[in-house]
Amino acid sequence: MDKGLVKVIANEQIAERIYRLQVQGELVGRMTRPGQFVHIKCGTGIDPLLRRPISICDVDADQQALTMIFRADGHGTRVLSESVPGQSLDILGPLGEGFPVEMRKEGEHAVLVGGGIGVPPLYYLGKQLRARGVNVTFVIGFGTASQVFLTEELAELGTVHVVTMDGSAGTKGLVTDVLTEANGLAPADWDVLYSCGPLPMLRALQDTYQALNKEGYISLEERMGCGVGACLACVCSVQEPQEGKKKYKKICSDGPVFAFGEVRI
Amino acid sequence: MATVNNRLAVNIAGIEMKNPIMPASGCFGFGREYAQFYDLNKLGAIAVKATTVEEREGNPTPRVAETPGGMLNAIGLQNPGLADVMDYELPWLQQFGDLPVVVNVAGTTTDDYVQVAERICEAPNVAAIELNISCPNVKCGGITFGTDPVIAAQLTEEIKKVSSVPVFVKLSPNVTDVVTIAKAVEAAGADGLSMINTLLGMRIDLKTRRPIIANRTGGLSGPAIKPVAIRMIHDVSQQVNIPIIGMGGIQSADDVIEFFMAGASAVAVGTANFVDPYVCPTIIDELEVKLEAYGVQSISELTGAAWK
Repeated sequence: MDKGLVKVIANEQIAERIYRLQVQGELVGRMTRPGQFVHIKCGTGIDPLLRRPISICDVDADQQALTMIFRADGHGTRVLSESVPGQSLDILGPLGEGFPVEMRKEGEHAVLVGGGIGVPPLYYLGKQLRARGVNVTFVIGFGTASQVFLTEELAELGTVHVVTMDGSAGTKGLVTDVLTEANGLAPADWDVLYSCGPLPMLRALQDTYQALNKEGYISLEERMGCGVGACLACVCSVQEPQEGKKKYKKICSDGPVFAFGEVRI
Repeated sequence: MATVNNRLAVNIAGIEMKNPIMPASGCFGFGREYAQFYDLNKLGAIAVKATTVEEREGNPTPRVAETPGGMLNAIGLQNPGLADVMDYELPWLQQFGDLPVVVNVAGTTTDDYVQVAERICEAPNVAAIELNISCPNVKCGGITFGTDPVIAAQLTEEIKKVSSVPVFVKLSPNVTDVVTIAKAVEAAGADGLSMINTLLGMRIDLKTRRPIIANRTGGLSGPAIKPVAIRMIHDVSQQVNIPIIGMGGIQSADDVIEFFMAGASAVAVGTANFVDPYVCPTIIDELEVKLEAYGVQSISELTGAAWK
């Protein structure tokens, strides 16, 4: 973790309010773990004042190139969406504990479930799992067809199931509607589940599969102050705190990724 | 080394600081996170997270919201509790031998405050207590002690009875007349003042029509509050004879100089640490250069330069 300047090499809109931003710099060489994030100063000056946490979508270690996909929702991310090639960005990172992949074995089946802007970190995760010989299935959900992105890139790594709330693309409904035996995605059909997306989705996945003792991981999002664990803005409660241990976890530094059952959501 | 640092050295209430910069309480944890970025010995002092008798879990999330030039927070004094701070956090800070530690003490009742203050002084590296009578984000304690001069003075008096280190009282800006409270705690024996704590504020989410922060209100900090802090320090410092640690939106060496001119004798940097983890060492380096450029031999000369 450190702070440094990176240079914007590309920035394009790829779906409704969704931007793909590519930057290059020495700091990128340290971004080896999927599920970690960077904290970006959006613009210069004091408005916006705080940095914005953005997930790591892909890293090209040779080129020291980092790809981020974010949604321009508020003031900070709108400023970030106006970045142009050649511009410098002040980045802090890589931050947080990412998705664990080192215990995965060749031939295992991993299901990667993403919702909306929770989809991007699953790409770098999928790449690392594939490199370990793990079979990967993506289940990704969006509101409507105009918000769908990254499907072609993910399809290079494994099977992709697209779900939209209104049925305008893929299956109509929620990601949980696709996790069925008919799709080869019953609990017995996979070894581990990784997920990132809206809280109700993560809650449903944790509630269902923790009860079945399945191995799984959720990546949480929360408004952050410092991003490094000092300000205690982004905490969540531990499900079953142990005697003498802290009752809370910090999403920025203990997370954003937690195992099923680790935290109460 | 000594000649470089002389210009920046200050002495507040008997505490020798090699420079006047410390991170503000609540913005730096107990130093562990920022020690990953630089050697904390570079700092003049460190003000650590508010400590209460028992462990506190704080308020529900969301706990922060941004505003133009500032941020609102309602952490709710989350901390690991007195025992943990004594056994784990303060001993860890002993590795930074040159670093005076200021412990922010909070509580719900007078007895709570007394219990924490009495025990904290036993730690060998605690240089001062910062009495937190101004946290706007807790239902009991905090600001309820800081808005009434009589109650603020009584608490200060009780803490002075048990404290073997200097006591700085952290004042709230959320009062009509901050000078009255400052004078009351000075008369009660306070060795210094910290000012200002955050300003009570609120933001509302246009989509949900609800306050963004779960606690509804939060404390406003950052560059947006700097003029309020400068005004209050300017007013108070001319009416008391004890030193003031100034804080509220500091993010550059120029800001530090402005706080000194208003009447501060040292400063604390809060929200700016979140924007740039290196902000404290950067300010320290910049300050040396600026003072040289202005021909200032000792930063203490600047305290109160803007009075009258």
